[in-house]
Amino acid sequence: MSDHPLISLIIVVAPLSLLAIGGASAIYAPLQHQVVDVYQWFSGREYLELFAIARVTPGPGSMLATIIGWRMAGLAGALAATLALYVPSTTLCFFAARIWNRYRGSRWHSAIESGLRPIAAGLMISGGVTILRVEGSNPLAWAMALGACALLIWRPLLHPMILLAGGAVVFVAVHAVTG
Amino acid sequence: MQKPATSPTPVPLFALYKLFFAVGLFSFGGGLTAWFHREVVLVRQWMTDEEFFSGYSLAQVLPGVNSTNMAVYIGQHVRGAIGSVTALAALLTGPFVVVIVAAVTYNRLVELPGFSAAMAGIATTAVGMIFRLGMASAKASVRHVPSVLVLIATFVAIGLLQWPLMPVLAVLAPLSIAAAWPRAADRTDTPAA
Repeated sequence: MSDHPLISLIIVVAPLSLLAIGGASAIYAPLQHQVVDVYQWFSGREYLELFAIARVTPGPGSMLATIIGWRMAGLAGALAATLALYVPSTTLCFFAARIWNRYRGSRWHSAIESGLRPIAAGLMISGGVTILRVEGSNPLAWAMALGACALLIWRPLLHPMILLAGGAVVFVAVHAVTG
Repeated sequence: MQKPATSPTPVPLFALYKLFFAVGLFSFGGGLTAWFHREVVLVRQWMTDEEFFSGYSLAQVLPGVNSTNMAVYIGQHVRGAIGSVTALAALLTGPFVVVIVAAVTYNRLVELPGFSAAMAGIATTAVGMIFRLGMASAKASVRHVPSVLVLIATFVAIGLLQWPLMPVLAVLAPLSIAAAWPRAADRTDTPAA
């Protein structure tokens, strides 16, 4: 194993790309273990701060690797970590999707597809519940999520930015009132 | 490969880049897949509901973040390999810059009054988008009793009991596929949901 931090970073991050089954949250724990315990690039507190920064960032929810790379080696580190995290899994997905589409209409394809569909739907709703758990058992969070959902059923084409901005305004207002 | 029913003229790569760049940049709080669904199926009609959820099932069981997998799937659907690369690069460009800016300015950001509350508000509203898409996906998949049972089992195991995903998938996926096998043969002419 190389001593160069960029190489080590890629060696740490790239396998996690293929381990992240079920989304970005699957890599948080193993990534923390590697960069805090094994390589000791960051203290636990520093890692938590990086985690907090990644959480306020838009996008696929896994910019955590990018920020780790940035703190370690600047722009080159950020690029290396981002590519290491996303290239392996998306390359796999690309070829899997090609095979998947080629056999569209065959019996096994439709069996797998209709078999996986309720699982995917269940996972999606579970993902939402998990995020609300992170926010704590705040009744306002649940009310907001269900309210936004109801609003979208009523107006499916409501622009997400309007919706998200509304959510921010309500939370800030409630926060200001209740302190 | 079967031709998509929608998008008779090829989608310009720039349009693809613009869309994924915007979603990447503004999708604070998650909910990217719901946002993709809105833009690609409802607004632009680049793919059908059926095609979208088919890809979503694939993106869920494959390793990697769902939203980047979906970007690759959608990009491939509309423009092949170059479409996948364009969509993925576009999706990551905005967040890449923002996360670095956030890292540099983080200490000042958190001192802004209401900043944490605003971020929490955005995140919980984004969950509403996820719920809505989950309901649409559920509605399309619960035409049969086994599907309903699998959906409930998935939600209870992962969402409520928070069991690890891998073993749950390893048990439920084969069962669900086996249950779908008998009715798979006569699905050749299924209309889009």
